[in-house]
Amino acid sequence: MTEPVEGTGKHGNPLNSLAIGDDCLVLSHRLAEWITWAPTLEEEVALANLSLDLLGQARALLSRHGDEDELAYLRDPGEFRNCLLVEQPNGDFAHTVVRHLLYTAFLFELYGGHPEDEVAAKGVKEIAYHRDYARVWTLRLGLGTEESHRRMTAALADLWPYTGELFEDDPGLRAPWDAFVGGTLREASLAVPETGQRTGGRRGEHTEHLAALLAEMQSLHREHPGARW
Amino acid sequence: MVTLEEARAIAAAVPDPELPVLTLGDLGILRDVVRREDGGIEVVITPTYSGCPAMDAIRDDLRRALPGASVRTVLSPPWTTDWITEEGRAKLREHGISPPGRAVALTLSPRCPRCRSPRTRLVSRYGSTACKALFTCTDCLEPFEHVKEI
Repeated sequence: MTEPVEGTGKHGNPLNSLAIGDDCLVLSHRLAEWITWAPTLEEEVALANLSLDLLGQARALLSRHGDEDELAYLRDPGEFRNCLLVEQPNGDFAHTVVRHLLYTAFLFELYGGHPEDEVAAKGVKEIAYHRDYARVWTLRLGLGTEESHRRMTAALADLWPYTGELFEDDPGLRAPWDAFVGGTLREASLAVPETGQRTGGRRGEHTEHLAALLAEMQSLHREHPGARW
Repeated sequence: MVTLEEARAIAAAVPDPELPVLTLGDLGILRDVVRREDGGIEVVITPTYSGCPAMDAIRDDLRRALPGASVRTVLSPPWTTDWITEEGRAKLREHGISPPGRAVALTLSPRCPRCRSPRTRLVSRYGSTACKALFTCTDCLEPFEHVKEI
């Protein structure tokens, strides 16, 4: 659907379209897992829409590397280049909100630095809404009840170890990300946790969660190759 | 054989599958209609959102309206709600959907399309499609959809 892009972004590297395409695909699938399980009907609709935006971006990015269906449905976990953060399970709603805040704050900065890339130039406008959605929920849950605050604190502790990996390719994105995420957490009276860091996703070394996600996502296509709706 | 002018008018008049009160022309997603080297017609469209699930239906509708035409999808320049025509905005309002404001910033208080009150409340940033948010009017209590500025 899209042509390979010549040129590089503000930070000197072209957009890593395989890694980011995989991020978008995996996160899209995670969000779609909420369908029929979301806390309210409005959130269900919202999560499905977030999922759809990411799926569209994934398709455009992965198509640069070959047949999008083969890439999505026929690769094994070790061939995926997504970061570890996006494959982490949905957990409770707090985990989903924190994951979306941490990831879309990164994607917003990344896309914003690649105006030469047509997927990024279009996607940045969509991700601005995603980041805002996650920010507003972070404030509401952080400042909500003792229980919602406790759940957000737990989600941050679980997911923070996967944030360092986001900046492996592009360390320059760290400062604006810190400013946005740190500012949002302060406003929500949530503390930045102190944790170790885990990486490996960009090299194909994933947590155990990706294999289970792919088993479900790929089962139909692997059983009925070329099946179409 | 249709002229380029006729082809343009036919393509522009095809209704959007998800917002059928609007045509592809009203919505600003019809970017161009050109003559291919072999003499056939090529229609150029762009999606509203990256994941717009209506694109396949739109391509089919265009090929049905213009037999023999090919359809090309482009992402650049990215679609903006500023491309919705004045006529399109009037049609949205008539059908109870609040049209977008100018896409300069996130503006979050559209007028109620029913009673025109500016006192409205955001219910959810996402509605039945990615391009719409849900609002309620605090004066007439009507819930309504608003096409988000992007």
